[in-house]
Amino acid sequence: MSHGLLLTAGQSFVDGWFNSLWVVVIAKAIIVLVFVLVAPLGVGYMEHKVLAHMQHRLGPMYAGRFHGWAQLLADGVKFVQKEDIVPSAADSGVFSLAPAVVLVPYIAIFVVIPFGKTVWAVNLDVGIFYVLAITSVSIIGIMMAGWASANKFSLIGALRAAAQLIAYELPLILAAAAVVMQAGTLSLVGIADAQHAFWYVLTQPIAFFVFMVAAIAELTRPPFDMPIADSEIIFGAFTEYTGLKFAFFLLAEYAGIVAFSAIASVLFLGGYQPILGLHIIPGFFWMSAKVGALSFFIIWLRATFPRLREDQLQRFAWVVLIPLALADIMVTGVIKVLVK
Amino acid sequence: MAIDTGQEVGPNAVPVRTREPAKRSLPGIGLLKGLGVTLKHMLQRSITQQYPDEKPNLPPRTRGVIALKEENCTVCYKCSRECPDWCIYIDAHKETHPPAAGGKGRSVKVLDRFAIDYALCMYCGICVEVCPFDALFWAPDFEYAEYDIVEMTHEKERLEEWTYKVLPPPMLEIGAEPPAEEPPGVAPIPAAEVGVPPLAAGVPPASPPRTAGDSPAPSAPEPAAATPTSAAAVAPAPAEHMEVEPDQETLDRVLAEELAKGTDRRVAEGRAKAAAIRAARKKAGQ
Repeated sequence: MSHGLLLTAGQSFVDGWFNSLWVVVIAKAIIVLVFVLVAPLGVGYMEHKVLAHMQHRLGPMYAGRFHGWAQLLADGVKFVQKEDIVPSAADSGVFSLAPAVVLVPYIAIFVVIPFGKTVWAVNLDVGIFYVLAITSVSIIGIMMAGWASANKFSLIGALRAAAQLIAYELPLILAAAAVVMQAGTLSLVGIADAQHAFWYVLTQPIAFFVFMVAAIAELTRPPFDMPIADSEIIFGAFTEYTGLKFAFFLLAEYAGIVAFSAIASVLFLGGYQPILGLHIIPGFFWMSAKVGALSFFIIWLRATFPRLREDQLQRFAWVVLIPLALADIMVTGVIKVLVK
Repeated sequence: MAIDTGQEVGPNAVPVRTREPAKRSLPGIGLLKGLGVTLKHMLQRSITQQYPDEKPNLPPRTRGVIALKEENCTVCYKCSRECPDWCIYIDAHKETHPPAAGGKGRSVKVLDRFAIDYALCMYCGICVEVCPFDALFWAPDFEYAEYDIVEMTHEKERLEEWTYKVLPPPMLEIGAEPPAEEPPGVAPIPAAEVGVPPLAAGVPPASPPRTAGDSPAPSAPEPAAATPTSAAAVAPAPAEHMEVEPDQETLDRVLAEELAKGTDRRVAEGRAKAAAIRAARKKAGQ
């Protein structure tokens, strides 16, 4: 416990810049917000390009003149120009609030993600607990969107999303619990710090597998994209959305990819810990590289695998992942006790 | 039994052919193979042509636009009549050329207007197919979209310009049959008689241009000259054509008989001549 308290007492790199607490808070908020608004654009661009090249296409090539780097910015400008349509039968207040409810939790996650030994906004004692709790909030936004749209496809999509969340939240938390048991701390900075010798993906490969599968399902990304299955229910809960609100949902999806990649990097890939002891390169770059690699992996899966059927999807969570994660926790606990 | 269960029991049971059981491999190997396929394709060069920057290299037979070689056109209207969309407009008038030396003047059709409405055209190519004198060709150009639909009607001057874009026909594949227009065994139609060498390729820039004056006339003998050879090719052994003089003796006899029967003199003369030739052939055959 003293180890964790010591880390909490540590300072982030912003704390040294200013004396006033409020200036520090505002500076951190701005940094986090800018990161959350920029990083998903990078992942979105990567998705454009990776999917295109996996299909022997080139993807965007014009926006920004060099390989379409500004495509996502152009998309954003386009979304702003679009008419903001609210269906007449919709519950307009809830309908308008839903995109924000989906997006805000992902912004809040980045408050505790460490991008270096001192590069974080808040070092919570219960960091991983906070992260896993707050990711579940975004499903409320999807449910709000589904019910408020007055559209049966939206409702089906929202209910599928809710069922999927219930099914995959469990293995996600159980997989994280195994890592927490090994690290002996709930703080994300502490977990990353505890991997200075070796990464937990080496000792917890099953937990890593379960965590990644559950994270992709949480994000409703292919092959677990039943809630937005476009061939069946148009675009699920987002069917009735246009313009900037729709763009918020897309931003939330890519922010979610970055968030879960970041969490998985911290839990299993050593976070900001360098590879082969290359301390010359700052931890921020190591963390960014790991997040980018995991984001690429998530996009790669989308290009490769077809969508699971709803019953297969549920069955896979309850019959395969949860027992696997429980067994992993049990083994971890036994080994932990024996090693002590 | 109408329903075949596929399972037959008894002494005559045929062993049911089952598929070779799939080789058991580790679960998830297929998923990894799938990931390998997508990764491999990502690392390969993409096949996209960036069209406005990079023009496509279209094959010679691309149906892009129809070009008109005006001097080959005889205003036969075949193209406009066969056109399923009625998108070819032809106007012409008749001119009488003075005779070379006495006799009747020769009438010639002169093309006034030839236009194709590409807003209607469905690129079926029937006009190119039916044109008997190789006046219409496909060119691979396709960039002639307009903001005004009226501009989509190309008059003959514009259609003539498209002929500069016509590509030479592709080489025959190795071992392919020679083109039907030029059977190797048949002697080509004498060039002097027809006016042009046989249209081998039908490429307007390559073929020597014909002058407008002699273009309608020379084509007429072509079908006539071609008929005997083609008939000979189809029917293996018709009565061999022999030039014989009618047998005078038979002619006089049959004519007298027919006239005695009271037949009309014109008919009688015909029958007499036919009989005389038959007799003369018979004599020559022996």
